[in-house]
Amino acid sequence: MSQSRNQSTESWSAPDAEPVVRIEKVTKRFGEIYAVDDLSLDIHRGEFFSLLGASGCGKTTLLRMLAGFETPTAGRIFIDGQDMTEVPAYLRPVNMMFQSYALFPHMTVAQNIAYGLKSDPPDREGRSARVSEMMAMVKIEALATRKPHQLSGGQRQRVALARALARHPKILLLDEPLGALDKKLREQTQFELVNLQERLGITFIVVTHDQEEAMTMSSRIALLKDGRIEQVDSPRRMYEFPSTRYAADFIGSINLFEGHVISHSNDMAVIHCEDTDSDIIVHHSQPLASGMPVTVAVRPEKMRVNTTIEADQNQLHGEIKEIAYLGDVSIYHVDLPGGKRIQFTQPNMLALAEQPLTWGQEVQLTWHPNGCGVLTQ
Amino acid sequence: MRDFISRNPLLFVFLIAGYAFLYLPIISLIVYSFNESRLVTVWSGFSTKWYGELMNNGPLLNAAWLSVKIGALNATIAVILGTLAALALVRFRKSRGHGTLGVMVTAPLVMPEIIIGLSLLLFFIALEDLIGWPAGRGQTTILIAHATFSMAYVTVIVQSRLAHMDPSIEEAALDLGARPARVFFTITLPMIFPALAAGWLLAFTLSLDDLVIASFVSGPGSTTLPMVVYSSVRLGVSPQINALASLIIALVSIAVLVASVIMYRSEKVRQDA
Repeated sequence: MSQSRNQSTESWSAPDAEPVVRIEKVTKRFGEIYAVDDLSLDIHRGEFFSLLGASGCGKTTLLRMLAGFETPTAGRIFIDGQDMTEVPAYLRPVNMMFQSYALFPHMTVAQNIAYGLKSDPPDREGRSARVSEMMAMVKIEALATRKPHQLSGGQRQRVALARALARHPKILLLDEPLGALDKKLREQTQFELVNLQERLGITFIVVTHDQEEAMTMSSRIALLKDGRIEQVDSPRRMYEFPSTRYAADFIGSINLFEGHVISHSNDMAVIHCEDTDSDIIVHHSQPLASGMPVTVAVRPEKMRVNTTIEADQNQLHGEIKEIAYLGDVSIYHVDLPGGKRIQFTQPNMLALAEQPLTWGQEVQLTWHPNGCGVLTQ
Repeated sequence: MRDFISRNPLLFVFLIAGYAFLYLPIISLIVYSFNESRLVTVWSGFSTKWYGELMNNGPLLNAAWLSVKIGALNATIAVILGTLAALALVRFRKSRGHGTLGVMVTAPLVMPEIIIGLSLLLFFIALEDLIGWPAGRGQTTILIAHATFSMAYVTVIVQSRLAHMDPSIEEAALDLGARPARVFFTITLPMIFPALAAGWLLAFTLSLDDLVIASFVSGPGSTTLPMVVYSSVRLGVSPQINALASLIIALVSIAVLVASVIMYRSEKVRQDA
């Protein structure tokens, strides 16, 4: 999903593209606590943008500042080229879908959706047509006269979405949009949201703590930590080329080896690590210097069990200590001779195959220099 | 219920005893209101004549009408002021001093009535000396006095309702382009309406019941129903008073019943949501 999106819409990489949201050196302080700390970010038209981070990283505060519920302590926020920093929530061309959905309990579904359409469209027919259109869009026509307490969680989520989109906002803000749904419904709704966003062309900005959700839906992800941006990238680049140890560790699982640079050329470097038997060869694209302390990061699925050693591959050996069978893949925990524990995953190709790898087994693991990265921060 | 009786016969007896303790005096009062005899304590047969005589007792009916009038006005004022106070307290719950203010608003709930009555009397006299208003004591001062303590009850009720409200509901309305005033009238007010209705009824019954405070701040020509009842009882209990008391019990029961049904229904909706 994310792959096709990246190829079709890369508005953020066009140099002269005017961003639909520009966050300029924004700081938000609550007492002594910096919820958002000197943060700058551009979000472009038609993006499905995720603000990802652990709880307390400032992502929700940032979203609330975009909606107009919080005013930045310092910095400016531009929406569609206009300074919106001091503009109250009810005058902003953005709408929000709340985590709790915040449906009006004393109104029917149709009244909820119509609430934002006070005088736009100006005529009654236009407004009720818009309401019908919205209900059809999220497939809840049959629920028009129900009250929120008569709806299931999934139905409420749809009403909240329809209500937020009814005003045709330039930007839709979604605060943990799938947090209250169960797993199956969540996976299905992820794709519906993406399809909806592509069809409407509205910029979606999603707050989530769920990295899988962010990976599935987003065109770009901003990873936040302590009110600052750790990395902004497409899901694929975020996963394959994390720029910091925190980013590498937050998204997916990863094996990190501390070491230092022995030699380097334009795109290749040799890293010596204490924990591995031999030096690690890495493809890289950043400035390195000999002797520089770095971290080599290898994703578990990039490692393969190999009996033969190929010259251009990195390798390690160790003993399997734990096996977690997850159905589609198994995760193997391996202790290296130096005592460090790493993990690799392997798909379970055959249903009733005899366990090819077992506890206590010595294995030889190899991976390609392209399959790992160098982290300097 | 039947299960409960068969499994806990002793507990059931306690239950009956408890309710008997609460309600037998009231029931006996209602029964004697239908007594034919002029002597309150001697039963001589069923009759509704005291209800008939009650309808012809001018001073008593005037006092009753005054009490209802003051009760209704008081309830309306208390609901408006109490709601405003509750809104302010809930909005500022993150600021310093909120705890103290919250406790202070409930003080009239625990303050002895005699003290409230006396302090209000002194206050009204001082105020009259200073600005010439309120001139003398009468309906106005009773109304102000009642609104003072009724407001505290309303504030507590509305505050708890507001505190349970999801703050993002109001934010959602703002987000959908509604100005704060429209948010208040179309979202906040309908959502806290059950609390307002319950608060109004409570304030009404509190005012209807009050004897002590009203005695302090009333003046000539402003005798409320409890005052008339109390003074006539001192001269000997007339069966008319029994009839009147029965009517008041009926009225208050209906008010309490309506209030609790409203609260229960809205609570159910809130929990389902």
